[in-house]
Amino acid sequence: MRLATDTLGAWRSDGAARWLFIWPAVLLILALSLFPLVASIAMSLSKLVFNPGGVKLDFIGFFNYQQLLFGLERSHFLGVLRPPTAIGWAILIGTIALAAVAWVRTARSGRVGIVGLALRLVGGVLLAGFVWILVQTLASEGGRPGSLVVTLIFVFGGIVLQLGLGLGLAMLAVQQVPWRRLFRILFLIPLTITPVGVGYMFLMMTDTSKGPLEPAWVALGLRNFTWVTDPWLARLAVIIGDTWQWTPFVFIVLLAALESLDQEVREAALVDGASRWQSFRNITMPALLPVTTTIVLIRIIEGFKIIDMPNILLGGGPGTATQSMTLQAYIDWNTLNLGRSAAVAYLLLILVSIVATVYVSFVRRRVTELA
Amino acid sequence: MSRYRMVAAAIIPILVLTACNSSASPSPSSSAPAASAPAASAPAASASASAVAASPGTKFKGISVNILTFNGPQVAEPLQRRAPDWEQLTGGHVNVVAVGFQTIYDKALLDASTGTNSFDGYVFDPQWMGDFVGPGYLLDLTDREKNDPQLDQQDIVPFFRDYNSVYNGKNYTIPLDGDFHMVYYRSDLLTKDGLKPPATWDDYLTIAQKYNGQDLNGDGQPDYGSCIAKKKGAQSYWWIISVAAGLLQGKGTSDGTFFDTTNMNPLFGKNDAMTLALQTYAKTATFGPPDELNMDVGGSRGLFTTGRCALTMDWGDIGTLTPGTYAQDKTGATITPGWKQVLDRSTGKLVACDATTCPYAVDGVNYAPFGSFGGWSGAINAKSPADNQNAAYDFLSYMSAPAQSGIDVTLGKTGYNPYRTSHFTNTAPWLAAGLSQAATDNYLGAIKTSLDNKNFVLDLRIPQTKQYEQDVLDTAISQYLAKELDEAGTEDAIANGWNSITDQAGKDKQLAAYVSSLGIKK
Repeated sequence: MRLATDTLGAWRSDGAARWLFIWPAVLLILALSLFPLVASIAMSLSKLVFNPGGVKLDFIGFFNYQQLLFGLERSHFLGVLRPPTAIGWAILIGTIALAAVAWVRTARSGRVGIVGLALRLVGGVLLAGFVWILVQTLASEGGRPGSLVVTLIFVFGGIVLQLGLGLGLAMLAVQQVPWRRLFRILFLIPLTITPVGVGYMFLMMTDTSKGPLEPAWVALGLRNFTWVTDPWLARLAVIIGDTWQWTPFVFIVLLAALESLDQEVREAALVDGASRWQSFRNITMPALLPVTTTIVLIRIIEGFKIIDMPNILLGGGPGTATQSMTLQAYIDWNTLNLGRSAAVAYLLLILVSIVATVYVSFVRRRVTELA
Repeated sequence: MSRYRMVAAAIIPILVLTACNSSASPSPSSSAPAASAPAASAPAASASASAVAASPGTKFKGISVNILTFNGPQVAEPLQRRAPDWEQLTGGHVNVVAVGFQTIYDKALLDASTGTNSFDGYVFDPQWMGDFVGPGYLLDLTDREKNDPQLDQQDIVPFFRDYNSVYNGKNYTIPLDGDFHMVYYRSDLLTKDGLKPPATWDDYLTIAQKYNGQDLNGDGQPDYGSCIAKKKGAQSYWWIISVAAGLLQGKGTSDGTFFDTTNMNPLFGKNDAMTLALQTYAKTATFGPPDELNMDVGGSRGLFTTGRCALTMDWGDIGTLTPGTYAQDKTGATITPGWKQVLDRSTGKLVACDATTCPYAVDGVNYAPFGSFGGWSGAINAKSPADNQNAAYDFLSYMSAPAQSGIDVTLGKTGYNPYRTSHFTNTAPWLAAGLSQAATDNYLGAIKTSLDNKNFVLDLRIPQTKQYEQDVLDTAISQYLAKELDEAGTEDAIANGWNSITDQAGKDKQLAAYVSSLGIKK
């Protein structure tokens, strides 16, 4: 009898509950996550062949990666690389110098072990590599960004705008102004529209010759203006569309954070003679930093997957000016070049992992500590 | 503690929004060559009754077939509209599964190749036969079509019957649509100024330049000399083939436009013909709308039918779209302009057209009308149950029969264009659809002139066709129009990209497929 009670007790224990309820879920999630991860690795090393009675994957090694990084597809993926201008060299040398100084300081501090230093060294080399590609495509004569750099432009250009606008709107909406509830709802509307819908809406709005805003364009003397022939204008159009959609996300999270702030501290500072700017700079900003860094991390991860806006708005054009990595993978998938599509997706995964890791390790942690 | 509340406040909406956003799958813009559909009166259902020879209501009783096609809404529209008529006649049931244009190929190929076989028939691009026939995914329809009184195969224009629906000498598809490019012009303007329709691409540019910037529709606004859809990921790559074809192919259909038939070297590579074609194509953009680089056929058709363009290039759809628009009775159609020079493939230089270099030239002009896309066609899954195959075939044959198709090709909302002799001889449905007698005669005359041309260009139809055209060619042309590449760079990009695909697929195999695709005598 005692044994039975003990057994029942054991089953009721946390350990049993873990086995019964947690591990199956963990294993299921792992299986669902790992299978596509492994399958897509296999796919990226293969070529799909249609045969009588089915399909088979012919192993071709790293051919797809070779094509993207060194072969025919390099100009589409990495871009056209040309020797940097003087400014480009300055940016590259400055970045390497800063990274080297940071690494040496870390090494001297003794706070990081050998493994940590080695990882930081690898990170520094990768950072220098990215900057090398950036300056060769953006700060060079005859260089042109490929889908990798275009994606980075969309991600960081969009995040800067979204963060600025979202913070501004949140600061406004937290004020006791008339119609504040209505404003909050209005500001949220773009977030409720599907990205495809937003893409088509901006497609119509940016159409200067037959879109619904044509009279406005004509009235502004912009009859022959177009967003679609200049690569930077086209990229700007994509970033504006993306910003329109995602600013409400930043807005709503920052609004929630602002409303949860302890107002007494801020009021005390104002009573003690602090200006509004000083109050914002020294009280509000530090309090918002943890949430802000989380928002940025989420937008970085989400932003790297951008496809709807550049695809619907411009089809990745003009030329390849707005072709993001996800769009490049989609175009390959669409022509059943599944191997190269998987290779692009894997390179995207590596890029996102590096950027997110660097961000979490070097930015978010320090900002949170500062806050 | 407040920090955790803030983080929680951040995470909760994030999770909700992420969940809501999970459905935001990429939805590419359609690149189908089908029409933007104006409303048009539906034909009387009774017109179809006589086409089915089987016992009414019992022939396919209890059999349900799935047909995969394009969700246009064109292309799927006539299938969905006429399915109930066929069901009443045969007792069968048709489920039309309509998906986006870019999805049809993937969905059909993966469905067949993985053995899922959820579709009994497809209404798709006959260009894709190269990928479907080799692995045995399509049913050989040669004998069925030959012995099918309902289909009336001899009524189908030879190009679509003997060439467009054939692969390796066997019929695998049933034509439902006749697709190729023509040039449309504002007949009222050209008549007023005593100009002839463009015969060469030089003429095209001259006319486009003359009318560019003028008010062409009386609204007080300057309009455009030429409107050609040049959006990446849409139809842009097809038009360059039309511009280049007359320079690349001079000795008839079997000469081929895409590759040298002796060694599979891309003709869209470094040579004077390709350079001139690229320059001409780019020049058309200087007489077009400012955002032409981002315009698909929906845009160009809208501009032309509202009277804002003097010239445009399109499939046959413009003819059936003009009734009820500004361009009604102001539109003329003509064979795609040609060239007075042609490529000497041994030197890569252009030579003048003569009886040897361009045996089919008319008045010294080498026309090469391009059967781009080829027209929506029905095919049957080789692995479907026999009863389903029979029913699916009968439905597609019913759709193609003169009684049905004779009306459908006159309606803009179907996206179908004429492909039967009876479509040209029986003009009553055209007049009923709103075209004047003069417009009908002009439109059908231009189509007939194109189809009768011995130098007609067949679209590429070998394995990996989609990669050759929609990946490599489309990207390179888009980069050229956006000035990312010059002529030499574009030619290199196309040639290198095509050679890479050819080498991966097997050069001998691809060459054999290409030569075979050109081997059918018209």
